[in-house]
Amino acid sequence: MDVNEFLESDVRVVNIGLESFARELGERGVPTVHVVWAPRAANARIRDLLAKLGS
Amino acid sequence: MSEAAVLNRVRPGFYLDSVALMRHSQAVAALPGVETAAMMIGSESNKGIMEDAGLLADEGRGAEPNDLIIAVRAESAETGEAALTEAEALLDRPAAAGGEAGAWNPKSLETALETLAGANLALISVPGEFAADEARKALAKGLHVMIFSDNVTIEDERALKEEARRRGLLVMGPDCGTAIIGGVPLAFANEVPRGAIGLVSASGTGLQEVSCLIARGGKGVSHGIGVGGRDLGDKVGGLMTLMAIDALDADARTKHIVVISKPPSDAVAKTVLARVAESPKTFTICFLGLDTIDLPENAVLAPTLEAAAAEALGNPLSELSPDEEAKAAEKAKGMDVGRRWIRALFAGGTMCAETQVIFRAAGQNILSNVPIPGALPLGDAIAGHSAIDLGADEYTVGRPHPMIEPAVRNDELEVALAEPDAAVILLDMVIGHGAHADPAGDLADVLKGAKSGGPVVIASVTGTEDDPQVYSEQIVKLRMAGVMVAPSNARATALALAIVGHLA
Repeated sequence: MDVNEFLESDVRVVNIGLESFARELGERGVPTVHVVWAPRAANARIRDLLAKLGS
Repeated sequence: MSEAAVLNRVRPGFYLDSVALMRHSQAVAALPGVETAAMMIGSESNKGIMEDAGLLADEGRGAEPNDLIIAVRAESAETGEAALTEAEALLDRPAAAGGEAGAWNPKSLETALETLAGANLALISVPGEFAADEARKALAKGLHVMIFSDNVTIEDERALKEEARRRGLLVMGPDCGTAIIGGVPLAFANEVPRGAIGLVSASGTGLQEVSCLIARGGKGVSHGIGVGGRDLGDKVGGLMTLMAIDALDADARTKHIVVISKPPSDAVAKTVLARVAESPKTFTICFLGLDTIDLPENAVLAPTLEAAAAEALGNPLSELSPDEEAKAAEKAKGMDVGRRWIRALFAGGTMCAETQVIFRAAGQNILSNVPIPGALPLGDAIAGHSAIDLGADEYTVGRPHPMIEPAVRNDELEVALAEPDAAVILLDMVIGHGAHADPAGDLADVLKGAKSGGPVVIASVTGTEDDPQVYSEQIVKLRMAGVMVAPSNARATALALAIVGHLA
């Protein structure tokens, strides 16, 4: 869906992170699905290592 | 009293979102004998923040990003240990995450997309280190993206926005606190009517202030597209600002476009203004603080958020009314000798910048923890007016942002109220979705305890009648508490300057 089609459509949200955002949008009738998220250890460790090397 | 003890405990493989963790941190910090408490996942950036705040001990230093660090500073080791045990007990309660009991939620983007047919936007607020990965996955699925998270690297931001452009998708953010798409306020945003004014903003609170001034001025907003604070920097080059202008240009509802950002580099300004010149629509350009730049014929420059809204509304620039001038003189007259400084305490970072812009234009020095060019850093040990952005990292480690919970600001407010040379306390009250349920009521409670004859308190409210907190109800509460209320942050600043002007 290109940007203008998006602006013309009803917003339908996939929420990844703070559950309070999903709850509030849901209460306002905005179609929202909340994804249960947690960091993946391996990815996170590699990212942190890369960040350290890069700094 | 003996020296404070800093203690950490690490819970391996434990995750809760930052809002839930903040709630628990506050509960632990409120325990007797506890000075500060923080619970954060053990990413390098969080460990850095905790180290700076003097909350990291050896155990926490060894934590991994999928571990949770519980940190306390307490008056003794015994009190600290007791607080850590209480913190663990809080985490073990079934409702720790604050979720609805029994509600099922998908664990992957794929399943989420099966659950919600036609999803078109991913709202991402995971810790910054992980946000770019989630955004990449969302773009690959054809979703537009709003990244609320901060701490995304500038390289990731650039790469994500280039990828989004290739796919014809928006990436709003990172660090995008506010957007309004098709009348739907997202994250921290206000209920504004739909209308013909389109907004493109690198600042969340800037977008809130301008959209609310437009709404209260009787017009409406087609869309408010947030682009993130660094979009108009050299490294990102305005990629999303340009895409947003393209989109609003093609949007039949939008007749006028307002662009809001801190002043970009010459090169980026040139690129953006060249794009503006190609548009058949009219523009207001608010590069906050900039009052001269070569603009195309279809654009006008607004140095403040208030001026941007006035231009978009087609109104003349507002000035203090004779009534306000008279009130300022009267307030100054009744003030104790020796009171002379303005203490501006902000929840909104862009309001803090706007106030400094107005001081600079008035030829007044001001100190700030986030100084704009021409302002002085707060660390300079000189007396003077000051503007503090209380949403800055140094104030919000382990504590919620002052827009969500005014406690951070209340501490500074108590100090300013007791300061013998403070003449005016200037405040912004940001309401709307995501914000505190009653910031004016909270302020009124703090002011109840203040001695009479103290500094004058001036506030403006960023919000609308349709916000959950209701603009006019907030105003009434402020007035009842003896607060002078101005219709915008710019006018509140002008009023504060008028009062101290009469003191000379």
